[in-house]
Amino acid sequence: MKRWLQQSATDTQITHGARLWLYVLAVVVMVLLVLPTLLVIPMSFSASQYLEFPPRQWSLRWYQSYFSSTSWMQATGTSLKAALMTAVLSTPLATMAAYGLHASRLRHAKWLTLLLLAPMVVPVILIGIGVFYAYVKLKLVNSMLGLVLAHSMLAIPVVMLVVGSALRTFDMDQERVARSLGASPIQAFMRVTLPQIKFSVVTGAVLAFLTSFDEIIVSLFVSGGANSTLTRNMFNALRDQVDPTIAAISTLIVAVTSLLLVFTQFAGPRKEK
Amino acid sequence: MTALPNTRELRRSALFERLGLIGLVAPALLLILVTMVLPVGWLFYLSVLSDSGAFSLEHYQRMWEHPSYGRTFWTTFQVSFLTTALCILLGYPLCYFLSEIPKRAANLCMIAVLLPLWTSLLVRTYAWLVLLQRRGLINNWGIELGLWDEPLALVHNLTGTLIGTVHVMLPFLVLPLYSSMRAIDRNYLRAAANLGAGPLRSFWLVFFPLAMPGLVTGALIVFILCLGFYVTPAVLGGGKVIMVSSRIANDIEIFFNWGAASALGVVLLVLTVLLMLAAGRLVRMDTVLGGQGK
Repeated sequence: MKRWLQQSATDTQITHGARLWLYVLAVVVMVLLVLPTLLVIPMSFSASQYLEFPPRQWSLRWYQSYFSSTSWMQATGTSLKAALMTAVLSTPLATMAAYGLHASRLRHAKWLTLLLLAPMVVPVILIGIGVFYAYVKLKLVNSMLGLVLAHSMLAIPVVMLVVGSALRTFDMDQERVARSLGASPIQAFMRVTLPQIKFSVVTGAVLAFLTSFDEIIVSLFVSGGANSTLTRNMFNALRDQVDPTIAAISTLIVAVTSLLLVFTQFAGPRKEK
Repeated sequence: MTALPNTRELRRSALFERLGLIGLVAPALLLILVTMVLPVGWLFYLSVLSDSGAFSLEHYQRMWEHPSYGRTFWTTFQVSFLTTALCILLGYPLCYFLSEIPKRAANLCMIAVLLPLWTSLLVRTYAWLVLLQRRGLINNWGIELGLWDEPLALVHNLTGTLIGTVHVMLPFLVLPLYSSMRAIDRNYLRAAANLGAGPLRSFWLVFFPLAMPGLVTGALIVFILCLGFYVTPAVLGGGKVIMVSSRIANDIEIFFNWGAASALGVVLLVLTVLLMLAAGRLVRMDTVLGGQGK
């Protein structure tokens, strides 16, 4: 240990010992990044109202309070449905758009891309009240359709970025070969291009699902009543007091999100990219 | 060049194909136009209407004259600035560390940076709320260890807001900064050492300037995202830290004042776009937006 401290860390003069502060600080920052979320998991199994760590008494009471509550269950259903429909709607739209922009090689494609990516740039609060205002006029407030449309708008840029970057590494000459051998444009896309960017499309769909499922601000304004989303209910509960039921819900969300992301990592062939 | 017999037909089919490809963009574009561009444009229009419906700049004027708006903007600026500064303070050493260790180890450490990005924002905010509350983990441990006697007010104030926002924003600083540090050719540092520069001098004169683009990109992203941040400040600030976004939401939810909310939103959007344009001058924006996919 002592020898390691005196060893030089780089080809220049500095030793590991002189850099010890850097190592300690870096590890502390990494721990602080990860730990808070992980601590919630054991705490959600605590029996006390004031979520202790380590829990003095273990219990499933917060999970019970979640699963036996009609309003939490209804909100979870709404969120899952909205997220699923958002993925189903935004993935093809965004894939089409990314492909169209890529293949047409338009001179002004940059401006179109900018417009399509705008939902990522405009402050969400502005989008939230804008959509709310429009939905009041269109009578879409608190409707599933309205929620899915708004979430799809937010998800399209995300999917476009993922699929677009896959298309940039794809050799479009392959499609030209297919076309010269008699395939129609649609056949060429479906049978040559799509199988090769499949992994990115699936990743895009998962990200679209998560975009909708995690979305808070727009949901806050345009979802409500029977179509209130999980995030909306959680946010409103958080503003009032620290409800331990949310620890249980958080743990479940972390578990489901991790599973989904692990799935996308292993679902696709390693070859792509 | 003499025209081949089929030139015209070929050109026409090429044109049709191009139109078809552009047509593929239409559905997504339409959705974004209808659910974002039009509504936000409508808000622009509402912001220049008086309560009676005539054209007026009263909402902007009030923003200028009423001191409470000044406070809101000051809070927003303060939180954004402090968050950016704290992120740099914590993120720079972390990135430096990550860029100095072997790549495989660094990739493993990057999980710590990426994991929060993948976790729901509400879950992370809730986690801090639980840890920082009066009878939360941090106060309990602090008292047990004798660091302080009374429970500290760590949440529902500026402290809590900053802890939460720094935690959420740090990955956005680390990603561009780390990749620009990783790209630095270490031979420059060897050359500096060879020419007699000590570690500090070669860091400051060689490494730091080379890592500057990543630092500027990261800091600007964090600052821009902070300006429009709503959720974490609203929860961890507990109504005491009113940033522009919270104010907009309050104007709508409590006062139904569309004009005032729209005007604030317009100012927020203009600030965001101006900062992004400035950022675009300094660094290429597509590397920022498309950086993760590569």
